[in-house]
Amino acid sequence: MTPAEVEDRIRALIEPFNKKGVSIEDATTFAGDLEFDSLTVMDFVAEIEDEFDVIISMNQQAEIENWGQLVAAVHKLQDS
Amino acid sequence: MATAMTETLSAAEPVDLLSKFDPIIHTRETLLAAGVEDPFNLVMEEVLSPTRAICNGRDTILLGTYNYMGMTFDPDVIAAGKQAMEDFGAGTTGSRVLNGTFRDHRDVEAALREFYDMDNAMVFSTGYQANLGIISTLAGKGDYIILDIDSHASIWDGCAMGNAEVVPFKHNDVEALEKRLKRIPEGAGKLVVLEGVYSMMGDVAPLKEMVRVCKENGAMVLVDEAHSMGFIGEHGRGVAEEQGVLDDVDFIIGTFSKSVGTVGGFCVSNHPKFEVLRLVCRPYVFTAALPPSVMASSATSIRKLMHGGNKRAHLWENSRTLHGGLKALGFKLGTETPQSAIIAVIMPDLEKGAMMWEALLKEGLYVNLARPPATPAGMTLLRCSLCAEHTADQVQTILGMFERAGKAIGII
Repeated sequence: MTPAEVEDRIRALIEPFNKKGVSIEDATTFAGDLEFDSLTVMDFVAEIEDEFDVIISMNQQAEIENWGQLVAAVHKLQDS
Repeated sequence: MATAMTETLSAAEPVDLLSKFDPIIHTRETLLAAGVEDPFNLVMEEVLSPTRAICNGRDTILLGTYNYMGMTFDPDVIAAGKQAMEDFGAGTTGSRVLNGTFRDHRDVEAALREFYDMDNAMVFSTGYQANLGIISTLAGKGDYIILDIDSHASIWDGCAMGNAEVVPFKHNDVEALEKRLKRIPEGAGKLVVLEGVYSMMGDVAPLKEMVRVCKENGAMVLVDEAHSMGFIGEHGRGVAEEQGVLDDVDFIIGTFSKSVGTVGGFCVSNHPKFEVLRLVCRPYVFTAALPPSVMASSATSIRKLMHGGNKRAHLWENSRTLHGGLKALGFKLGTETPQSAIIAVIMPDLEKGAMMWEALLKEGLYVNLARPPATPAGMTLLRCSLCAEHTADQVQTILGMFERAGKAIGII
């Protein structure tokens, strides 16, 4: 899967969580711009994990602050 | 030179490291400014029994102390503690692995082996340290910890202290657990951490299915039975016993500060290499051992709990009566049915919760006010924990207090 394909699929997943319809770019942050709390993060991460059949541990999540980092991390995970 | 240094020092603007807590200070001040008694600053001036105390000057029924089996005033438990203090002194002044293991530390570990019918037992200074120590020591770099998202702070802190990969799953969701177990790389060590009773809502875990899934996927299982020991299961060994999976659980964590009625934490296990943990578990090694009086009281209490069948039956009656009564009054509860000795009453928000808490206190009833981040989904809860020493009359009195306070505050 190409990074663009990964991004498209995550974009579909994030829609129900993006309640304020924030426009999402690489630099968009989850805690700041999207105002995700810890429960939202868990539910969103679980959706991604199920979609790509991967595990994103909390240790890995701690390194992911924005959209671009998430797409890159998931692309790498589903590739390995 | 000296002058230059002074200039440098005075030029630097000091950063107040406490200013990050300003939002919490603000929330608290707003709450207290509304005239509410401080829910987190209660003083028990006198303790009259496991179920009654003088709190902030009032005679109060205790319904939030986790003193499930009412052992705090048991005459045998008190006598054993007094004798040990006379014979061995007030404290140990030492680590368990150096000079801090006395006769009664060994004896309380023997009592735990008898209670659980297991091969090994290790006593820590608190339940918090037992989770902190065992979890951080078992799961190291490259290993995986899979845990319920609603786990207690001591479990999360144990994860944070180690170097394992931490993977949470949705509360009590067997399928979510199984999916994650199957995705973990082959050959990696896996520790699944569960609780028997989750203390915020008082709900029980589906351990039978969860433990089966763990074993099918080659994971070791740790179950924290802090809120079920002494009460749930035929011998009071907890939810794992009740659901028939105790033999498949690798490590049980528990505490003395609830049903046992003292203080301390423990881990019991049948693992043949268990004893090595005493040498490598830092929260066990680098802290002082509990006082001998606490150990003697605990050992006596644990052995009495082995024969606590009647008290367990009465505690179940209390739990059913209170749960049914509160539900009939129209309160929203954390569980549909009574599952443990904890009954969580869900409040509409923190403000109403604090008002209800205060109204109950003025009625002469103490419950726990629980709020985020300790609670799931940002809820405010009034948490009731019942005691086997609560009489049937007291439970009716408690229901009357809830009814009056609930109507006064406008919750029911």
